[in-house]
Amino acid sequence: MSDNVLIRVSGLCKHFAGGDVKALNGVSAEIRKGEVVVVIGPSGSGKSTFLRCLNLLERPTAGTITFNGADITDPKVDINIHRQKMGMVFQHFNLFPHMTILENMTLAPMKLLGKTREAAESKAMALLDRVGLADRAKAYPSQLSGGQKQRIAIVRALCMEPEVMLFDEPTSALDPEMVGEVLEVMKDLAHEGMTMVVVTHEMGFAREVGSRVIFMDGGVIVEENEPQQLFEHPQSERLQSFLAKVL
Amino acid sequence: MGAMTEWWLDFQDTFYRCFIEDDRWKYLVRGLGNTLLITFFALILGVVIGVVVAMVRASYDKNKDETRPGFGRWLLGFFNGLCKIYLTVIRGTPVVVQLLLGVFAILLFLGNDVVIACIVFGVNSGAYVAEIIRSGIMSIDEGQFEAGRSLGFNYIQTMRYIIIPQAFKNVLPALANEFIVLIKETSVAGYAGIIDLTKGGDIIRGRTFEAFMPLIAVAAIYLVLVVFFTWLVGKLERRLRSSER
Repeated sequence: MSDNVLIRVSGLCKHFAGGDVKALNGVSAEIRKGEVVVVIGPSGSGKSTFLRCLNLLERPTAGTITFNGADITDPKVDINIHRQKMGMVFQHFNLFPHMTILENMTLAPMKLLGKTREAAESKAMALLDRVGLADRAKAYPSQLSGGQKQRIAIVRALCMEPEVMLFDEPTSALDPEMVGEVLEVMKDLAHEGMTMVVVTHEMGFAREVGSRVIFMDGGVIVEENEPQQLFEHPQSERLQSFLAKVL
Repeated sequence: MGAMTEWWLDFQDTFYRCFIEDDRWKYLVRGLGNTLLITFFALILGVVIGVVVAMVRASYDKNKDETRPGFGRWLLGFFNGLCKIYLTVIRGTPVVVQLLLGVFAILLFLGNDVVIACIVFGVNSGAYVAEIIRSGIMSIDEGQFEAGRSLGFNYIQTMRYIIIPQAFKNVLPALANEFIVLIKETSVAGYAGIIDLTKGGDIIRGRTFEAFMPLIAVAAIYLVLVVFFTWLVGKLERRLRSSER
């Protein structure tokens, strides 16, 4: 079974401001291949920090993260190599405004994977086609809507052919009518068997697409279960009160 | 009418003595050549120094809390210290003094005054360019940096492909201003005996005892240069901006 584990997190702690703010307080979790793990929780619960620790955008204060059998918290490990295999999608898209959509998508494959321009572009165009934005290849990010930007951000990450995709509140900065198009792309991705870790407030997505839901509060995992069980039979009082507020 | 004719004849005579007689216009041409040469190489050197210093300073500020103790952090701290000393010394002393020190003492061994002037003005300009570029780097949203790193780019690659191009675009007006200041700043080169545009005009003044005409000509040439380069930079700026509209 353990061969199946893509990311193993144990005893993860993250303290900010010299220990005054404890964002994570000993989090342990496993992400298995092909799983869609949805992380929910109130703001300030540490769920984004947890996600950002997975590819070391935040350096953990304590604990270890194993990705593909390698302890990436080891300072001797070249994290850049591992990050190539961990795609990340941000709340605010973070497309590169000085490049066209196509350039956004081909930069990393060409510079890091050594792909030729033709190979990188044909891969990018195929992905753009899949999300229905092939006609915007030559456009600049500022010419796109929020929903389009986020779909581009997703396929930009996919261009690196990652083994896992990390989503940090991908729909939180979107106008309500654009949330659907982004969730649709994520759903497709999940159905294709992509391993995903998704921090979100979209309970519908968690319930429908998630293979497992993690509820965090106060920097720890409070409850973890299959979506149906978690949403219909919450065990802890904190999850019950959280669900009562958001559902 | 008579006064007008007299003035005109006088003007022609002065003009002749200032520029035509003994081919004195060549002082201006030669001076202009040196001014452009010094400005051009000083600009290139200044931008190179500025980018490097800005990257060291910005990297230090960005990574202060994140990098763990070790040789790398010590080295970055060391270079950051060096850069700070450089900025303090260069910005804390007059460029004329730096030039004189360069020509008559520190860089004397190079033997060529114009080359020395290029270096002195370049090193001087680098300090100002560094702070301009650093402010540009700091103005780029942290998310851009994270997006680059999350794709697998290392720190330097992220800077090179993602941060610096955007920062450069943001600070282009300030850089253009620095360039214009630099053109005019080289006018002190005459202090060290280098024949730049200003010195060229001044030599004519010494030969002809005419101050107004040669110096007005010098001023006009500077003005034309500055207006031309301002126009050129404006064009470049509009071209870069167009991608983001």
